[in-house]
Amino acid sequence: MSSHTQKKSFGASVWDYITTVDHKKLAVMYLLAGTLFFAIAGFEALLMRIQLMKPNNDFISAGFFNELLTMHGTTMLFLAATPLLFAFMNMLVPLQIGARDVAFPFLNSLGFWLFFLGAVFLHLSFFMGGAPDAGWTSYASLSLYSPGHGIDFYVLGLQISGFGTLISGLNFIVTIITMRAPGMTFMRMPLFTWTALVSSALILFAFPPLTVGLVLMLFDRMFGGNFFDHTMGGNTVIWEHLFWIFGHPEVYILVLPAFGLFSEIIPTFSRKRLFGYSSMVFATILIGFLGFMVWAHHMFTTGLGPTANAIFAVATMAIAVPTGMKVFNWILTIWGGSIKVTTPMLYALGFIPSFVAGGVTGVMQASAPLDYQLHDSYFIVAHFHYVIVGGIVTALFGSAHFYWPIFFNRMLDEKLGKWTFWVFFIGFHLTFFVQHFLGLMGMPRRVFTYMEGQGWDQFNYISTVGAAMMGVGVVMMVINCLLSIKRPPAGRDPWGDGRTLEWAIPQPIPFYNFRQTPLVRGLDPYWIEKQEGNKEGMIYAEPLGDIHMPNNSALPFVISLGLFIAAFGALYSPLGVAEDSRTWAIPVLIIGLLITFGAMIVRSVKDDHGFHLHKEEILEIEEQLYGKGGKK
Amino acid sequence: MMKGLKKWRLFSLLTVMMVFLSGCGEEYLSTLKPSGEVGKEQLNLLLLTTGIMTLVVVVVSVIYLLAFVKFRRSKVGENVIPKQVEGSHTLEIIWTVIPIILLLIIAVPVVTATYKFADVAAMDEVDENGNKTALTVNVTAKLYWWEFEYPNQGIITAQELVVPTGEKVYFNLKAADVKHSFWIPAIGGKMDTNVENVNKFYLVFDKESEGLKDGVFYGKCAELCGPSHALMDFKVKSLSPDAFDAWVTSMQETEGQTADKESSDLGEATFANSCLGCHAVSGSGSAPGMGPNLTTYGDRNRLAGFLDHTEEDLKAWIKDPAEFKPGNLMMNADGTAPIYGNLSDEEIQALATYIMGLSVEK
Repeated sequence: MSSHTQKKSFGASVWDYITTVDHKKLAVMYLLAGTLFFAIAGFEALLMRIQLMKPNNDFISAGFFNELLTMHGTTMLFLAATPLLFAFMNMLVPLQIGARDVAFPFLNSLGFWLFFLGAVFLHLSFFMGGAPDAGWTSYASLSLYSPGHGIDFYVLGLQISGFGTLISGLNFIVTIITMRAPGMTFMRMPLFTWTALVSSALILFAFPPLTVGLVLMLFDRMFGGNFFDHTMGGNTVIWEHLFWIFGHPEVYILVLPAFGLFSEIIPTFSRKRLFGYSSMVFATILIGFLGFMVWAHHMFTTGLGPTANAIFAVATMAIAVPTGMKVFNWILTIWGGSIKVTTPMLYALGFIPSFVAGGVTGVMQASAPLDYQLHDSYFIVAHFHYVIVGGIVTALFGSAHFYWPIFFNRMLDEKLGKWTFWVFFIGFHLTFFVQHFLGLMGMPRRVFTYMEGQGWDQFNYISTVGAAMMGVGVVMMVINCLLSIKRPPAGRDPWGDGRTLEWAIPQPIPFYNFRQTPLVRGLDPYWIEKQEGNKEGMIYAEPLGDIHMPNNSALPFVISLGLFIAAFGALYSPLGVAEDSRTWAIPVLIIGLLITFGAMIVRSVKDDHGFHLHKEEILEIEEQLYGKGGKK
Repeated sequence: MMKGLKKWRLFSLLTVMMVFLSGCGEEYLSTLKPSGEVGKEQLNLLLLTTGIMTLVVVVVSVIYLLAFVKFRRSKVGENVIPKQVEGSHTLEIIWTVIPIILLLIIAVPVVTATYKFADVAAMDEVDENGNKTALTVNVTAKLYWWEFEYPNQGIITAQELVVPTGEKVYFNLKAADVKHSFWIPAIGGKMDTNVENVNKFYLVFDKESEGLKDGVFYGKCAELCGPSHALMDFKVKSLSPDAFDAWVTSMQETEGQTADKESSDLGEATFANSCLGCHAVSGSGSAPGMGPNLTTYGDRNRLAGFLDHTEEDLKAWIKDPAEFKPGNLMMNADGTAPIYGNLSDEEIQALATYIMGLSVEK
């Protein structure tokens, strides 16, 4: 029995969070962990920009710069953007579809701990002999050549956190398919839930190729497997394929939920239903599908031949069509609406032109012969930052403002939020716009320095100034989040124009979410009820009765911890090619795996049926939360 | 009034573009000022796609700004509930079909050019005597330098590619250790040097490099290849066909040239003892080396591809190459000293003078 106790000691709270299976608490944990890694990776970016501020700078060394660029990319994509989006998916998807929790609460917790401990493992590399330094793509010839254990940290850390992502993805698919409230048909699902579904399906298909690639790399590094060693008959181009078969969908795994978030923000603050809902759903699925058909556009210069290049060029261009549909639908949602420029809306409004700018440079790079010039130059750096910062980070920041009251029952400060937006937004364009021209002027990417007299000095300086502004923006954002602790409770539907079920639920949200499962009568159910004058905000599909809830469990943490420990054993194993093996390596490997499998056996053997929350207890909890009679 | 406004907009747009075009980089380095057929066609594609894409951005931005300005809540009223429109089939069809047409306009030249740039059939054509008619250069990328071998001429050089103007020069690209990428921005797009296979493509050099600021085009490594990736530059000298033929002949004449251990010149003797194992001094008849071929060192524009071509820099380089190019293979296994050991200042001075004197251009 968790949660009705009121005041808990600090230790008990920590234990509560370690063992929790509640999607809302896990969402908060994803949010905190994601923010932490976002800050680390952002700091790495600032160090790199300081180094590139002027020609021939010696602020950081060449080797360390490569570690920074590798960790910046890896962390931002795997350990910052993914968990931050998972935070929103965890918090919102069950609420939006009227569910008590996700389908497998235990797996939800396991997914988080695998991700988190994998991420911690990867970051320990900085203190244990050097971080990976072969780029986030870790192309095989360089990563096999790389001395030390950096690449081993990359392989093992990503493998562990990749399991977590895969498990979470599966969980969302099952949740969305099976746990929708009565009346919540597929075509009445909020668009964020749709994008969460498609993005999870992409995870399901995209992560296995990465897992395969990482296993092969692990075998090469640890046991001299020769999968990628061309002198022994291996082939490094296979790594490129495996990586990008994962790597390209990964972009859509991140950007689709970001689209989903904006598809919630824009209708809310336009007071108008999403224009062309069904075509938005169709476009989402189509983008997800095409996302798997275009990976080789990352390899136009690898030498796949003109036929492969031409096919992948045209396929890539095709993605612009459904993406364009989305952009026009957003604009037409605004058209004829009643626009209130709140901070989330400001981010949404900034997103549209920034993302379009990133999209069109994507089409330019899809033109294979032109890409021969643009590939691996600063142009591509500008392009993907326009997509990722302009598309995903603006979505995350905007949604943080938008959904803060759902997460914490508090509002963020609007004034500070708008200032943050402008500082960050201007900084973002300053940083990356000029990088298009740096690339066209011949500057390759991933360079730790450059000579003067190549015409790059001025733009690099501007870019660094912009990066500093982005840094200030992020700090302002974090301050805003911290200040919100002191603010009064926001209550239900604080924006006043909420449309979907998550806004209908009373605040603070009880741990079982909905007292009674709601009945959904159409798209935007809360909006429908409000228009019909229903003060309750929902109608219910069932009478008040007992609620079946899962028990907390420490096993997910233990399973993940076992793998975390085993990874150190694998890293220093005497089987490995690296020369500094440790005698304790094999015992540690075995102990770690025993912990993991032991915990899995315990989980399998021990029946855990959860518990029932009785009607009287529910009423008691609600009285505590909302006062007598359910209304405070 | 509206018309005037539009003209004014067009004018300001043109001004902005002018500013950027004037600042579009250096002639020896920028993809925006190409000096070869491949680069020029790529620039045309860039202009075509940029034009269409700018149109898209402008159209989207105008509709979007219009929507934003017209439908602010302060304008439409606080309590107005807008009509909840579901969508519009006509509009959906319009904004699906128009992008498809725009993309087709781009796709046609893209596919054509893709096949054109990959056409290297002429590499194997021979004249009646069985000699290859096209000039081929075998490029081998190594940590962190470039080797250029001319198989039909039987010559080999490093760090500075020498090519004739006005004809297609074909390249066989390969990496010796890790993957690199061969890129001469002002001439044309790049191609990777893989470790397991040979990539082929061609470039055309329209212009003699003599008039350029340094007398060379700049070449770059475009694929992350380790700590000194940023320093893995090379230079390209494009000569008129006659001058190129003369260069080839003088390179061929260096066959058999070597450094003598017994030489009275301290520089040559030191070179023979400490350097010759890796660096050849004949441009013909010598096998690909562990280190860059130095036959034409005195004619080059840069030391190690990026440092100033002076004796002072050369001495500092010989003393501690790793300080300038971290991770380079001139150091012994633990990275404490160059593989040729620590030379005396006198030896280094003589060595530098000797190496600076290696030249075929005189």
